Amino acid sequence: MTPFSDALEERFQALMARYPARRSALVPMLIYAQDEIGHVSPAAIHRIAELLDESEMAVREVIGYYSMLRTEPAGKFHVQVCTNISCLLRGGEDLYEHCRKRLGIGHKQTAPDGVFSLEEVECLGACSWAPAVQINYDFHQELTPERLDQILDAYQARAKA
Amino acid sequence: MSTTPHPLETRVVSLRFDQPDAYTLKGYLASGGFQALEKAFGMQPEAIIEEVKKSGLRGRGGAGFPTGLKWSFVPKQSAREKYVLCNADESEPGTCKDRLILEHDPFAIIEGMLIAGRAIGARRGYIYIRGEYRYLLDRMEKALEEARDAGYVGTNIRGRGFDFDIYAHTGAGAYECGEESALMESLEGKRGIPRLKPPFPAVSGYLGGPTIINNVETLASVPPILLNGGEWFAAFGPPKNGGTRLFCLSGHVNQQGVWELPLGFPMRRLIEELGGGMRNGAKLKAVVPGGSSTPLLPANVAWDVNLDFDSMAKVGTFLGSGGVVVVDEHTCMVKFALRIMQFYRHESCGWCVPCREGTSWLQTSLTRFHNGGGREADIALMREVSENILGRTHCALGDAAAMPTISILQHWRQEFEDHLAGKPCPFGARTAVAAAH
Repeated sequence: MTPFSDALEERFQALMARYPARRSALVPMLIYAQDEIGHVSPAAIHRIAELLDESEMAVREVIGYYSMLRTEPAGKFHVQVCTNISCLLRGGEDLYEHCRKRLGIGHKQTAPDGVFSLEEVECLGACSWAPAVQINYDFHQELTPERLDQILDAYQARAKA
Repeated sequence: MSTTPHPLETRVVSLRFDQPDAYTLKGYLASGGFQALEKAFGMQPEAIIEEVKKSGLRGRGGAGFPTGLKWSFVPKQSAREKYVLCNADESEPGTCKDRLILEHDPFAIIEGMLIAGRAIGARRGYIYIRGEYRYLLDRMEKALEEARDAGYVGTNIRGRGFDFDIYAHTGAGAYECGEESALMESLEGKRGIPRLKPPFPAVSGYLGGPTIINNVETLASVPPILLNGGEWFAAFGPPKNGGTRLFCLSGHVNQQGVWELPLGFPMRRLIEELGGGMRNGAKLKAVVPGGSSTPLLPANVAWDVNLDFDSMAKVGTFLGSGGVVVVDEHTCMVKFALRIMQFYRHESCGWCVPCREGTSWLQTSLTRFHNGGGREADIALMREVSENILGRTHCALGDAAAMPTISILQHWRQEFEDHLAGKPCPFGARTAVAAAH
């Protein structure tokens, strides 16, 4: 039994073949599993461990290390606000506070309707376009609270559509 | 992101940043792409390494190790397979330059890896891209697919009997994986715990094979070096500080940006002429010269320093990753030190006790100071704790946490005294919510 689509199962086979040792594919497999399911579920862990011939514990141990991997669902749109030094100097904390108030949730929390979740994150690599926010995989840069509001409005509208 | 060249720039690795189709094979070939590889086919591996040595190219990731020398450490004969790894795990706070190369010129990275592979006798390479850079992973996978279809990657490349495969590999959020041995652990499907060195990767790296691991910008510098000659590249900078590099300017300047400048370029001109000067006419207080891991410079020193390895060393800091963060007079340095420490505490992998415990205690002390509950004895204690991390860990993350802290305690001690018990922050800066991480 697999919790993954056929396309993802195929992708995993191709991925494992890229390395002399197939365990090398573990981190990408976990990220792609999360992309499809929304989080790394127990069924996903079971299946990935099976594909790599590793124990589930070995897989869980790796999940615990990486900040992008999560074993619980997040919002449909995961709002990641950088407050590291370059963003700090350009208002990153104000953006984070603004999100907390607007979304009514805190660090690593998900709104009750499941549309947004929030996370204060470390440097995103957008320093020269600070302050920056990443929503799922999309970068939004050189933000002000007003500009971020427009962006969040657009995501909110997408959630309803 | 703006890519128009600035008149003060010297574009070598950023040459194609304003060419809209350079990320396609067609666009790359149209602007001289893969000519350096052709040249490399006509050279002995030793001659390639010699040319890179002559260029004076030093690692652009942060450590600044001479690239040619690194390559020369790989044994010629090896029972185990050799590897070329590209470190695209850009996550040093203040640094956002590799992103531009990945976006505008992915084939230059591929070509650099092919040349490196030929130089050390490797047949396989991986590009480890930080998980947050998904759009760049997609772009790189597409570039690799195009390169493979056109016979630039794979078996019998360009009919020259050279086999070299390259794959892109995503990370999943971990600053520590930018450290070379932690990156290799991660690439092996493990937690990114750094290895004790020696052995160095050139002897025993990915899966125990001899491995060279270079930063994106370093590898992208290789094709122009080979094409134009090592001496041509070296001539851009002062002696032993060869070439150009990308500098990322951020913080309290009028114009943030990434520009390619010859090494030895004056910091003052970067801030005033490229950055348009200080924002709102404020005075400069401090500069983070090369990413958050480097000791900060007070304004009087920063104004007169040049952007090259040796000039930075003379004033007790490092050129690091090229991430220049400008801090103005209205910034609370206790708060700034705290935010830096929160980062390292969060990213410490926990393997080495001095780093795991040290970053945690330093964060606690700095938080107390910032909340107005500082204890005078803690000023000396924080310095002692920092100094006890230095050099006592497997990797440089511990040093990276300690060094900026020591420099802030040294240059801005008065600000800590202003935060002693009962005194509110004179800058009115909020305590970062990140303390809950």
